[in-house]
Amino acid sequence: MINIFEVTETNKMIEKENLDVRTITLGISLLDCIDSDLKKLNDNIYNKITTVAKDLVQTGAEIEKEFGIPIVNKRISVTPIALVGGAACKTSEDFATIAETLDKAAKQVGVNLIGGYSALVSKGMTKADELLIRSIPQALSTTERVCSSVNLGSSKIGINMDAVRLMGEIILQTAEATKENDSLGCMKLVVFCNAPDDNPFMAGAFHGVTEADAVINVGVSGPGVVKTALEKVRGENFEVLCETIKKTAFKVTRVGQLVAQEASKKLGIPFGIVDLSLAPTPAIGDSVADILCEIGLEYAGAPGTTAALALLNDQVKKGGVMASSYVGGLSGAFIPVSEDQGMIDAVTAGALTIEKLEAMTCVCSVGLDMLAIPGDTKASTISGIIADEMAIGMVNQKTTAVRVIPAIGKGVGEKVEFGGLFGYAPIMPVNPYSCEAFVNRGGRIPAPIHSFKN
Amino acid sequence: MKRTIITVVGKDTVGIIAKVCTYLADNKINILDISQTIVQGFFNMMMIVDTNDAEKSFGDIADELTALGEEIGVIIKCQREDIFSKMHRI
Repeated sequence: MINIFEVTETNKMIEKENLDVRTITLGISLLDCIDSDLKKLNDNIYNKITTVAKDLVQTGAEIEKEFGIPIVNKRISVTPIALVGGAACKTSEDFATIAETLDKAAKQVGVNLIGGYSALVSKGMTKADELLIRSIPQALSTTERVCSSVNLGSSKIGINMDAVRLMGEIILQTAEATKENDSLGCMKLVVFCNAPDDNPFMAGAFHGVTEADAVINVGVSGPGVVKTALEKVRGENFEVLCETIKKTAFKVTRVGQLVAQEASKKLGIPFGIVDLSLAPTPAIGDSVADILCEIGLEYAGAPGTTAALALLNDQVKKGGVMASSYVGGLSGAFIPVSEDQGMIDAVTAGALTIEKLEAMTCVCSVGLDMLAIPGDTKASTISGIIADEMAIGMVNQKTTAVRVIPAIGKGVGEKVEFGGLFGYAPIMPVNPYSCEAFVNRGGRIPAPIHSFKN
Repeated sequence: MKRTIITVVGKDTVGIIAKVCTYLADNKINILDISQTIVQGFFNMMMIVDTNDAEKSFGDIADELTALGEEIGVIIKCQREDIFSKMHRI
């Protein structure tokens, strides 16, 4: 039988160490909404989302109450809209009407973000893919809750450099279109290499075409819990360090598994995966950078950071895998700058640069995330940053992503404010040398040699 | 059987257990186990209870216990046992 010490330990994690379930994300297929008539398509999408997800927020609240664990976000991901809208949308403006429908549906069911305004273009772009991509600045500046993602490459296929070049421009245009709000639109836009079909985390969540009609995916978090556990093993060797992370990750993930199963049962929708992630928030103590410091670094970004992050990421997975029956999504430690006070401090202190962050993305979950760059950064430079990150993902057979915010009208030394869970970000200097001739070549980078496994 | 864990934490005072138990009895909630300690003057109690026969919903019970806690000056939490057993038992 459960004893008082175990109960106290769990409740201490929740109350003092920010243990929470970061998100319950309901994936909804919109493939059966497809129609060649735009109005009918929009109606179908609105009706399907508001029907399937009508109890999502209420169910989340019930689970929170029953287990006494906060569920920070309830969200929805949908089939990539480029696939759904292709038959009806003849212009970018047509696509933008779907973004408005998604926004309206999200507000109706009470979710704070809806993902899937997306295109999968790792090899080439269809007419619809390109129209959707070109509509992103408009879609993200006229809606509040819609998130957009574009998959630009994969280990199996290579990198679509035409799309990489286009996305550099689109990110800048999105920043420009939302410049009154510190280029907030870019916070809701991410590009991927090897994007997973079942990622519950925004801005990159979409409901992949390999998925069932509806599915529940859950993202757990708990950097504060890991940090506190590590405080007790200061000075111990790597074996003890790794075991401690593993055991803590197990406990954190079990909560995610429980919540996922409970949500699935209550909603009558199958359980998909648990995403084992250490996802920070700007709250004090809820920081992945603080874990790196606890492992023994003065600041995130100091020599040793990549190794520390590599072991952290690996132990989180090892502990989490046994705790959940199905693991998926991005799974690992997230290193967004603006959402992590420890990362912000490291950037402000000059300990952490974009180049070091790029190295860190080789060994952690995802990639260059939530970092602000000067507003006068050229589109080709952004494309160059994206290409580098995509190459890391492609060659290492992992998911990588880029979510940068060119802060229009601002430069190094200033900061951008997003508010809430998204925090603020000091603007980081970007390498000033040009990659224009490289980006402008056009075409695609072929798949790496190890893609030919058969 | 739906088992629920009730935790009570706060400054020690006369009648905490009595008041909580009265509430549980009034609502047909059966107590299966109680453990209690005083740590540095702070009252720390855990109860394992069975809510099967309770007529009120889980949410109402949790809210009323929280309110009762505020009245006594302690923090009362009510959570389903699964969150603890999942985390601490394989």
